[in-house]
Amino acid sequence: MNFASIEFLCFLLVLVAAYYLAPKRAQWVVLLAGSVVFYAFAGVTSCLFLLAVIVISYVSVRLIGKRQSACAAWLSEHKELPKEERKAYKNKSKKGNLVIVCVGIGVLIAALVYAKFVSGYFGIRVSGAGISFGAYALEIMGISYYTFIAVGYMLDVYREKAPVQKNFAKHALFVGFFPQLVMGPISKYSDVGEQYFVPHALEGKNLYTGAVRVAWGFFKKLVVADAIAPAVGAIVAQQRSGVYFLLLCLFYSIRIYGDFTGGIDIVLGSAEMLGIRLPENFNRPFSSKSTAEYWRRWHITMGAWFTNYIFYPLSVTKSMQKLSKWSRAHLGTAIGKRLPVYITTIVTWLATGLWHGIAWNFVVWAMLNCLVLLVSQELEPLYTKFRTKFPRLHASAPYQTFMAVRTFCLMALIRVFDCYMNVPLTFQKFFSVFTTPNWGSLFDGSVTSLGVSAASFCVIGVGILFMFGVSRLGKDRPLREKLWERPWLGSFALAALVFLVLVFGTYGLGYDASAFIYGGTFN
Amino acid sequence: MEQLIELLEELHPEIDYETEEGLVDNGILDSLDIVTLITDINDAFDVSIPAEEILPENFNSARALWELIERLDTV
Repeated sequence: MNFASIEFLCFLLVLVAAYYLAPKRAQWVVLLAGSVVFYAFAGVTSCLFLLAVIVISYVSVRLIGKRQSACAAWLSEHKELPKEERKAYKNKSKKGNLVIVCVGIGVLIAALVYAKFVSGYFGIRVSGAGISFGAYALEIMGISYYTFIAVGYMLDVYREKAPVQKNFAKHALFVGFFPQLVMGPISKYSDVGEQYFVPHALEGKNLYTGAVRVAWGFFKKLVVADAIAPAVGAIVAQQRSGVYFLLLCLFYSIRIYGDFTGGIDIVLGSAEMLGIRLPENFNRPFSSKSTAEYWRRWHITMGAWFTNYIFYPLSVTKSMQKLSKWSRAHLGTAIGKRLPVYITTIVTWLATGLWHGIAWNFVVWAMLNCLVLLVSQELEPLYTKFRTKFPRLHASAPYQTFMAVRTFCLMALIRVFDCYMNVPLTFQKFFSVFTTPNWGSLFDGSVTSLGVSAASFCVIGVGILFMFGVSRLGKDRPLREKLWERPWLGSFALAALVFLVLVFGTYGLGYDASAFIYGGTFN
Repeated sequence: MEQLIELLEELHPEIDYETEEGLVDNGILDSLDIVTLITDINDAFDVSIPAEEILPENFNSARALWELIERLDTV
């Protein structure tokens, strides 16, 4: 079920009504039933994958939980034993837990790799005619997201940072809560788990702010992202060169911002209507002054997941610590300190790239991001000197704007690898900027031959200004919360937003709205 | 505690570790320092700082780090 569709809106309305009409104790059952209905639209194969992930993660956390309880009981019964003996017992128990968590995660990651990559070459299809083998690429909705939610939870239980959910149905709801199944966010049990199971009273504020956020998501998706999508598609399909490559960088950035943040607004707004706060996935990313800051503001839950479950664990492995000591002793402090961290950073980014898709363009995208981050880190002493020498210039609005624009351009250039899905072609088009002198195309009206009319460009432009304004006004506190405090203005704003989506939304009320980029192309 | 401060001083001798409460928040310790520090602490105190304890609140001051080491040393 596409979020940007009339079907989803109807589904959401029915679910919200049923949720608040149901007895408080049974609200979570309504959420589970709603999630089953939502996911059933994705097909039998998708449902089987989700079920398998739920079962495997449930069995793993239950086994670990039982072993942890047994270990705690043994330790409390043997307080008289020497510390070393107690420590050895605990470590042995932890090792056993590690084996369980590794086996469970191994199976989940193998299923993820099979669905995303292997099935495209060696797939298995079960049909009325029997079982056949061939290139049956699977399209499993949201598998990257719920697999990561489940893996994160298994690791949190292993680390004793999350409680074991013993109720299978509640565990299923945590892993498969419907709004986050298409494009995240990748939530942690400690952030959301209990919210699903506690009673929620009907509150006007939640309904209003949630509804405004959903409508705002529709605006970003249908008025901006889908409206500019034909121009992105045309530049790529027609293999236009020169200045069109730069336009592609700009248009694709606008599209992915509207598409992804709009989709997440629909996700978080839907949950908000149900009284549930899912973690934020964006925090005004295009205002970032550096690449590192950008990655703290864009796709936040994914970044946090890779930092918590790959970067840090890898950094503190015994082999990395040995490497750290060896390199400091043999290569000097400067290189010795950097080597293990750089290796871990590269591995983490490689994993991030492959998570987006198993293809060379994602590997190059990841390595370029990694390169920019590491170079920025190396240049940090230089930046500090500059800040100390010219504090007023550095703090001035023009310089801050320059830094934000610089970061936007850099990220737009790296991001464009998604469009071509072809590394040599992307580089070829990049260099064409210097070899194809067609800057005049910007002023002779040929841009409107990209499938987007001049009027549509105007609407998109106004839409961007609107997004910029809302982002600025919501800098300290979301604008929808401020609107709630002014009922007349708030009602007008919601009505106006719905009107704008109905009038200017691409393809009307989303009947043919394209799939979300982060819900389809990447995952 | 003195041994811990010696390890910290090897990284940034200019800092007063008795009073500084924002080693991570104020950008004094970066990821390179933290990984180096974990290796040194694990060696010096025979503990094993796990990944889940790499949190700003555990690394913001010498006192917080010392508390972490003590906590990890108890069973």
